[in-house]
Amino acid sequence: MRLTWLRTPLRIIAWMVYAALSLVIVYGVYRLIQFKGATYFFQALLDGLRLGFVYALIALGYTMVYGIVRLINFAHCDVFMVGAFSSYYAITSYGWGIVPAIILAMVVCIVLNIAIERMAYKPLRNAPRITALISAIGVSFFLEYFTALRFVFGADFLTYKRPFDVVVWNVLGLSISNITVIIVAVTLALLALLLYIINRTKVGKAMRATSQDATAARLMGIDIDRIITLTFGIGAALAGAAGVLYAIAFPQIWTFMGIMPGLKAFIAAVLGGIGNIAGAVLGSLLMGEIEVLTVSFVPFGSRIRDLVAFLVLIIVFLVKPTGILGEPQVEKV
Amino acid sequence: MSKKRFMVLSILMVVAMLLSACGPAVAPTAGDATKAPGGEAPAGDGTVYKVGLIVPLSGDAKTFGISTMNGVMMAVEEAKAEGFNIDILVEDGKCDAQEGTNAATKLITQDKVHYIIGAVCSSESLPVSVLAEQNKVVQITPPSTNPAVTVNEDGTVKQYVFRACFLDPFQGVVMAALAKELGATKAAILYDVSNDYVKGLAEYAKESFEQGGGEVAVFEAYTKNDTDFSAILSKVADANVDVIFLPDYYNKVNLIAQQIKEKGITATMIGGDGWDSSDLELDLMEGGYFSNHYSPQDPRDVVQNFVKNYQTKYNSMPDSFATLGYDAAKILIQAIQEAGTDDTTLVAQKMAAIQYSGVTGDISFDEQHNPIKKAAIIKISGGQTEFFKFVAP
Repeated sequence: MRLTWLRTPLRIIAWMVYAALSLVIVYGVYRLIQFKGATYFFQALLDGLRLGFVYALIALGYTMVYGIVRLINFAHCDVFMVGAFSSYYAITSYGWGIVPAIILAMVVCIVLNIAIERMAYKPLRNAPRITALISAIGVSFFLEYFTALRFVFGADFLTYKRPFDVVVWNVLGLSISNITVIIVAVTLALLALLLYIINRTKVGKAMRATSQDATAARLMGIDIDRIITLTFGIGAALAGAAGVLYAIAFPQIWTFMGIMPGLKAFIAAVLGGIGNIAGAVLGSLLMGEIEVLTVSFVPFGSRIRDLVAFLVLIIVFLVKPTGILGEPQVEKV
Repeated sequence: MSKKRFMVLSILMVVAMLLSACGPAVAPTAGDATKAPGGEAPAGDGTVYKVGLIVPLSGDAKTFGISTMNGVMMAVEEAKAEGFNIDILVEDGKCDAQEGTNAATKLITQDKVHYIIGAVCSSESLPVSVLAEQNKVVQITPPSTNPAVTVNEDGTVKQYVFRACFLDPFQGVVMAALAKELGATKAAILYDVSNDYVKGLAEYAKESFEQGGGEVAVFEAYTKNDTDFSAILSKVADANVDVIFLPDYYNKVNLIAQQIKEKGITATMIGGDGWDSSDLELDLMEGGYFSNHYSPQDPRDVVQNFVKNYQTKYNSMPDSFATLGYDAAKILIQAIQEAGTDDTTLVAQKMAAIQYSGVTGDISFDEQHNPIKKAAIIKISGGQTEFFKFVAP
């Protein structure tokens, strides 16, 4: 209260910092364009965007579950893998198209993730958070190694047959494939649907209420268990779709394929502010760009792309643990 | 009660899984192995030449071991049919140094073999070669590429140890020579930095291509689990290269080739024997080349007969391991026949000076007991692999 006079100068300083940051970014982009030409730069940007959109679908699942139950669901990346595999079988064995394959993957993942929630997390609802986290890691390993068994998916690399032909358009020197278009379109459509559910429906209202204060929400008559189940279901649906899109973009699947994209999406969710939907998307796009630009412009970039990704995580934790859009957590006493 | 039943059930399941996992793959070949020592009536001078075979028959490298054994067994049976008296004893080296040592110790001290064919992995061949050298047992490894297998720590060659395959530097040089023959002046090389084999091929290809006056415009490493090559390939597209060297194994090459197509890059892809798999996506590699130990389309009689006989016997195409196993066994048999005695020192001398014409080419040995031979270049065209030519570095 007494420091009101400080507000205006602080605001001015903040704006100056923002302006300086934007200048740095603009100058950086200018230098990068100069380095190898505009086409090269924008091509990299486009590739990063494609990767970022896939990360976004995975990151949303992490962030939503975290928002509701404060649990980082490490099995999420393996649900993503199962999504890729179920669409693989639908496409190669039954000749399904892309849309039914995505829907199938989403359904399979919903069932799987809800089952995981029932068996591995629900009994631990009142246990310390670390217990549930360890349980999540256990489920993750179980899924990876169980599906690698011969009578499940097998341990081999499988080449993913896309259910459509790849078309590459040349726009102003940039090569844009229909894969990129599909990824962006599907991600945006699912994101719109998700935002609609969260902001415009009764269930969404209940989800928001639960994430704000579970106890109060329960007192208001919200069935918390149902909401949690629903959250796991929605997150899994997004992961399933992401699995299909990732497999289409990088057409090779095996049962450990989820680990790296899962970790990167997790970093993206942390970068954007874990628990925050918009933050997850923003963080994912940034992660995609950071990775691709690192490889494109940093010497030996292809060797250190993972290093840079994890460096981002460490920097976020050190500088702003709540992420770019995250609200500081108020400790409730 | 229900807990007990569950335990019994799970034990049953585990047993069933184990049986189904190992059963069909090993059984027929193991049958061959045990049949062999029964032997036929001694012919000629009556000397029975005892040969030990060490290959991995379990674990990761099992399929390599079985292929190698199949090839060796074919050579042995052909020799027997010609009246050559050979007795073969098979041991599982499990692609492991300790197991390889155990197998070699057993073969040398208990079974008193004078000759060893094997092992498959360099890690098992190395300790076996030390034992073979100490005990004056002639050893020939079909596919182990580690240079140290035939060379002592002090740099001298192991008098009794040979190999049938060419080394990694050789393939890198062959890839570069091929690129030059195709008229390429500018190349990109993409390789997995975490794999010694791939890295070796890439580095030797680069060195050799540059010595030949070419320019390596893009030399990019990636790591084992990378799936997104878009940024690296942007560099390749930007550099406008003639050829792309992809010395990695087929599954990574499939993934990279897919993305090369999407980038609209039309440069010729060149690879090494890591491409040799039925899982290689030939549509994607259209117009590409890779170096290999042999080509089933090689028109020479020795190759065609081998392929035909192998197919009738094992109902599959012989892969590189089978071929190298066959040639290794043939080299050993020819050396013994030339020596005409069971004296291993003489056999080793004969082998060092051998002139052998086999499925993987005309082979003689250099002073380090590595084979001097040409690499078969295989071209991918029309969705098929076809024999292109032999290339010497």
